[in-house]
Amino acid sequence: MNGELILVGLAGVLTAAAPLLFGVIGETFSERAGVINLSMNGTILLSAMGGFAVALATGSVVLGFLAGAAIGGLVALIVAFASITLRQSQVAVGFVLTLLCRDLSYFLGNPIMGETGPRLGTISLPVLGSLPVAGTLLFRHDIMTFLSFLLTVVAWIFIFRTRPGLKLRGIGERPAAAYVRGANVNLLRYLYTVLGGALAGLAGPIYSLSVKAGWKGTISGLDGIGWIVLAITIFGGWSPFRVALGAYLFSLLQWLGLVLQPALPGIPSQVLQVAPFPLMILTLLLVNIGNAEWVERSLARLPAPVRRAVARALRALNVTPPAALGIPFQKE
Amino acid sequence: MAEARVSHALVQIGAVLLALLLTTLVLLASKAPPFAAYANIVLGAVGSWEVIANVLVSWVPLLLATAGLLLTFTVGLWNIGIEGQITLGAIFTTWALRVLQASGMNPALIIAVSFLAGIMGGALWAMLAGALKTFGGVNEIFGGLGLNFVATALNLWLIFGPWKRPGVASMSGTVPFDHSLWLPTLTAQSRLSPAALLVAILSIALVYSLIQGTYFGLRLKAVGKNPHAAFLLGVPTWQYMMASFALCGVFAGLAGAVQVTSVYHRLIPSISSGYGYLGLMVAMLVNFRASLAAPVALFFAALNVGSIQLPIVLKLDSSLAGVLQGTLVLFVLFAQGARQRLLKGRSG
Repeated sequence: MNGELILVGLAGVLTAAAPLLFGVIGETFSERAGVINLSMNGTILLSAMGGFAVALATGSVVLGFLAGAAIGGLVALIVAFASITLRQSQVAVGFVLTLLCRDLSYFLGNPIMGETGPRLGTISLPVLGSLPVAGTLLFRHDIMTFLSFLLTVVAWIFIFRTRPGLKLRGIGERPAAAYVRGANVNLLRYLYTVLGGALAGLAGPIYSLSVKAGWKGTISGLDGIGWIVLAITIFGGWSPFRVALGAYLFSLLQWLGLVLQPALPGIPSQVLQVAPFPLMILTLLLVNIGNAEWVERSLARLPAPVRRAVARALRALNVTPPAALGIPFQKE
Repeated sequence: MAEARVSHALVQIGAVLLALLLTTLVLLASKAPPFAAYANIVLGAVGSWEVIANVLVSWVPLLLATAGLLLTFTVGLWNIGIEGQITLGAIFTTWALRVLQASGMNPALIIAVSFLAGIMGGALWAMLAGALKTFGGVNEIFGGLGLNFVATALNLWLIFGPWKRPGVASMSGTVPFDHSLWLPTLTAQSRLSPAALLVAILSIALVYSLIQGTYFGLRLKAVGKNPHAAFLLGVPTWQYMMASFALCGVFAGLAGAVQVTSVYHRLIPSISSGYGYLGLMVAMLVNFRASLAAPVALFFAALNVGSIQLPIVLKLDSSLAGVLQGTLVLFVLFAQGARQRLLKGRSG
């Protein structure tokens, strides 16, 4: 394979990661505020179908994306209402919505299956787009891929370098303390859950209007993406740059699976497509195992230099969730 | 107490009505005749002995999955990995049948061994998710999901690789087993196996009595309510979590074994058919009480079978069943929350 092909392939990896980025950053906002939006898989499917349907009917890609964001926000609002106001389990509500939105997308999307609709065009940035290597790789993409680069940086600055970001982390870590300092915990949780859902809702139309243009029902190949998004959010330790890294790694692995397929004729394509999943389990194991009690106990038995090295390695990988993740807040 | 029960029933009925209303709106939105659609589902589920038998065929794996899930829910765990556990049960069952089919052993014995293999497959896969949770700190939802995808890949690899049909491998699965290795069915055409039906009913009864009437069940509940307190009171917490995972895997493995020996007579790519996820919905709808699991699972199975004809008769997608099931569970969750709020408001 020559260099140009590899370059185009890697540029494709960045494009394919764009919807994942919107999903994982959206989920990061939601979980940072203390709310797990488990409905990701349904949200992405329904917004993909809805976004495509609206774009098809109106001929406007922009309206398609707005519809996707609205659907994502609405589903997130249901999660927030059921968990914050009605105090039902976030996981339960999210799981039901996952299946419900998936079936809704298949049912409502039935009439538009296989139709050809509008899709996003590629933009080549002036000057930058004609650079030799970087031009192909970074500066000739559709608008959503560019926005996905920007989103990661903006999200990081917002969460870690601004006052509202500090408040956001506060309501997810120590809601009681945030409340005492004047934060309206539940209102903010509503807000960030809906914002996160709307961002994730953009992921759907990125698929149906660009990456995998069109709506093909059960064979759209989108079922499962939302679960990946949730796993990458954990892998990324609720930090925008690390979740972005996770999304790129995943996208790279899927591309490698496709590229390597001819070299591995005995393995059916369906198997290579799921190759990232065992790796996902392994990475989740690596980033979590430092939290396990027995690891600490067995570490204590090791000689000091080894212990320090292992402990440092584990700490570097280790992630801890927002302390109040999944726990309802009650002022009393 | 009686008043509370009446209001509880009213709230549930309200939830059902709302679910029907929303599904009707969905139907109207897609310009479909709601009445014809519902009538089609009802006819498709109870219109003839044949479809009634099909509902029962679908009830068996759903009830088995639900029975297992009630145990994991009792200790407060979300065993989303149940889909993969059903798949592994089916794979192990197929494996045993393949190994033993030419051995000249008594067919009934071969089937019995293959069921045991299926149980082991389901339990092993469940314990893997359990070990990831208890020793690796990996949330059981994500460990289980990952394992679901791995199970699917393993299944596909077997069907397209080592176990492929002579000539060309295809999505239609492995070579069907000899008739002697099929679980006996009620009639020659039907896929309804009385033995499988009996296994499912016994399973849910066993789970009910295990949770309600044994010391083991009491301790499971203690771990589910407050693992830390249970641990301080001397309940070996992680052992109980592992046990509930393993037992859930046993029932999931049984479901897989039934799918192979009495429904498909071979291994197919979508052997778990979503029964695991549907079982989670049933368990949620009955609010994790075993006593109602059987009728609700039967209702869900009827919806699934009833909607099979929708694409042919009305050009509607059969996922309508899922829409109705999903809205139903969602509104029951809403109703529970609303009721708790109202009761609290009255007492405080």
